[in-house]
Order: sequence, then structure tokens, then C-alpha cells
Amino acid sequence: MSARSASVLYDVPGPRARLRYRLAGVLGALGIAGLLWWVVTTLTDQGQFDGWLWDPFQYTAVQQRILDGVLATLKAFGLAAVGSLVLGALLAAGRLSDHRPVRAASTAVVQFFRAMPLVIMIFALYQAVFTAEPMWGLVIGLVLYNGAVQAEIIRSGINAVPRGQGEAAYALGLRKTQVMSLVLVPQAVRSMLPAIIGQLVVTLKDTSLGYIITYPELLYAGKLIASNSDGYPYIPVVLVITPIYIAMCLALSGLARWLESRGRRGANRRVAAAA
Amino acid sequence: MGIPFEDGNFSLFVRGFLGTLELSALSALFALLLGIVLAAFRVSPVPVLRTFGTAWVTIFRNTPLTLMFFAVTFVLPRLDLHISSFTAAVAALSIYTGSFVCEVLRSGINTVPLGQAEAARSLGMGFGQTLGLVVLPQAARAVIAPMGSVFIALPRNSAVAGAFNVFELFSVQKTLTEKGYAIFALFFWLALAYLVISFSIGAVFSALERRAAVAR
Repeated sequence: MSARSASVLYDVPGPRARLRYRLAGVLGALGIAGLLWWVVTTLTDQGQFDGWLWDPFQYTAVQQRILDGVLATLKAFGLAAVGSLVLGALLAAGRLSDHRPVRAASTAVVQFFRAMPLVIMIFALYQAVFTAEPMWGLVIGLVLYNGAVQAEIIRSGINAVPRGQGEAAYALGLRKTQVMSLVLVPQAVRSMLPAIIGQLVVTLKDTSLGYIITYPELLYAGKLIASNSDGYPYIPVVLVITPIYIAMCLALSGLARWLESRGRRGANRRVAAAA
Repeated sequence: MGIPFEDGNFSLFVRGFLGTLELSALSALFALLLGIVLAAFRVSPVPVLRTFGTAWVTIFRNTPLTLMFFAVTFVLPRLDLHISSFTAAVAALSIYTGSFVCEVLRSGINTVPLGQAEAARSLGMGFGQTLGLVVLPQAARAVIAPMGSVFIALPRNSAVAGAFNVFELFSVQKTLTEKGYAIFALFFWLALAYLVISFSIGAVFSALERRAAVAR
């Protein structure tokens, strides 16, 4: 550890502290290596790395099934993402409305759907309406829950714009809609984008709930592969689909980080111009 | 079709409610312990532990909860590790929630300005005093609100366990739906149960927040 990187928790280390840290580092590395070794030997002892167990992944049909699973996941995610952003914008507008009944109704809707478990909503929708088309049960459940969460993100983003901005716009004679769409929203979008995309990552992960209502997304495809192959290769399947999910989520959060850095750059420019 | 709570269904419902509570409470406890250990790793001065903590959190925050339940349900028996589905569910939920707890704690510590520790040291405070009297109390204050949302989400997430052989409220919904009870009447009662749970947790955390609040 270099002496420059100061932390709020520790002093800059002296010679003895550096020695202690190095010792702890060696012990930690040994512990982690031991843990990994234990995992790998357990898997090997149970024959989970035997070639024949991994054979199914060479079949085109299985590869196609995984690809179809990824596409089904992305399709449900795309529909749910668009739907939840639209619903979120509407509910946020409702919560910021000047009319008390509209405000009360949107608050009630947001609070209700934020408190409900997604599984319960999706299962109820599936059993009641979409028995033949599990995808819409999944998508509508995702839209209702994530729409409520996005509404809160959008609302707090708009509330975080300095009050003077709205007041100045009103003083210039703009209307309510104009103030919102020309002044408040463009400034709020910049600060809330990371949170919105963070919630989209949650949406992407939650598409795996389609497994429970037999929507053939990635996890369900994995289950079918594992239960239809010789030797039931559940472990190879988990080892294959987990990285796919992690890569998809990391790609989305990478997008969030990139947008955030762009936003910061823009904000700096704005401050420089104002000064 | 009929009234949801005829012939003993009410006791089924209560059993499911208690199952959800038990699962959530145990997972909350273990998630908190795991989160504290992981956060300690992630802010430690030892690079190896920091890397390990970061890798662990990255993996488990980006893995869907359903996939984790799937893994503990189908993978562990293949390794000759036979544990009850309740224990497996507690493990999956704690590992999943633990990494979120870790991130909340870490960002809480990061909100404490460096100057606070420097001032404490220049007043002659030792390591323990700096940490215990100056840094951690301030970090705790910043942590309460986001920690509340993590623990309000936990009972909601625990419903997934019902799809993996654990008896809780989602299992009640499945059982009674299969018996042919009105789906939306059932949904209403389940909604009520979850609203009670999440509003009670929310109330506890806003009380904590009020107690920790200081006039600035």
C-alpha cells in the first residue's frame, strides 16, 4: 500500500505497520487460496469436471437453447425497461402534481407496488390472466414494481434541482408543463441517470423470476438443459449461466458509470461557464 | 371457489406468515454479519483482502437471486451436502443481501470526511478512539436510511424461497391457487401481510433515524 492513499480509518502506515499489513496479506492470500483449492477439489472429487458431464455444451441444440434463453431474457428486459420508465415518469408526474387527489392516488399506487414481492404479483398475474403467455405476466409484474421504484427515483431527482431554477422559470412566465419539460427535467436527468440504470440492472436480474412461471428465459433454459442431459449436469449449467448473467449486468452498470462520468464532465463545464 | 379462509386455511396462512418472518429474521442476522466482514475486507489496508471483498461483492450483487436459490437447491445435493431447504434458503438470501449490506456500510464510511480523522489524531486520540468516537458514529448516521431499504427489501426477496420448497407466504399463494380460490382475493390478503411487514421494518428504521439525527 502506498503512503499516499490516506484513509479515514487508518494512519499512513509506518515501517512496522507495513510489515504487519504484508504479513496479513500473505495469510489472507493463503486463506483464499485454501478456500479455492477446497472448492475445486470438492468439485473434482464429485466428478463434476469430468468431460462427459460437459459434453452437452458441444451440441448445437443446447447452444441454441442457451442463446434463445439469453434472447428471451433480453426481450423481457427490454419490454419491462421501456414500460417501467414510462410508468415511472407518469407516476412521478402524478406525485408532483398540484392536485391533491392525483397526488394521493399516485402515492398510494407507488407505495403499494413498492411493498409487494415481485414473485407474488407475477404469479397472480400468470394464474389469473396470462396462463398461456407467461412472458406478459412477467413483463407486467416487472413494469408495475420497477415503475413504482423508477417513479421515486425520478421524483427525487426533480426535487433535487435547486428551487431557484423553477422559480426563475415561473418568473419568466413559463407554464407548468414548460417549467417541467424545459427546465426541471433536463437538469434532473443528469443527476438521476446512474440511479435509473442501477434500477434497470435490478430489472434485468429479476427477469430470472420467469423461471417460476415457466417463461423460457436463461435460467429456465439452463434448468431444461440440466434435467434433460445424462448425469444431470446442474453444476456445469450453473457455472455456464452465472457468468452470462454477471456479464450482462456488468455491461449495464458499466454504461451507468460511463454516463456518470460524462455527466460530471458536463456539470464541470457548466460551472466553469457560470463562473 | 369460496372464501379464502374457510376450513383451516387461516392456520395455513398464519404458518406461511411465520415462515416468512423466520426466514427474513435469520437471513437479516447472517446478512448483517457477512456484510460487516465483507465491508471490513473492502476498507482494510491489506490489498489482498480488498481485492477478495471487491470480487465477492461484484459476483454476488450481479447474480440474480433466483439463480442463487437454484444453485443452493440443485448444486449442493450433487456435492453430497444435504441440508434442509430452509437452511439453503437462509444461505442464499444472506449471501445475496450480505453484499448489499457491505456496499451500504462501505459508502457510509466513505461519507466521513478525511479531515475528521485527521483532527481526531491531531488531538492525540489513538486508533481505537478515532474509530470508535469519531469515525464510526458519523458513518452509522449515514448508513441508517440506505440500510433500511436493504432490510425492507429482504422479506420481499424471501418470497422467492417459496418456489424452492420452503414454506412461506408465496407457498400459501401457490397452494390456495391450486385449490381454486379466487386469485385476487388471495392477493389482497398476501398484500396486507407484506405491507404490515414492510411498514413495521420501515417504522423501526425511521425511529432509529430520528434518534441518530443531529441538528446541523
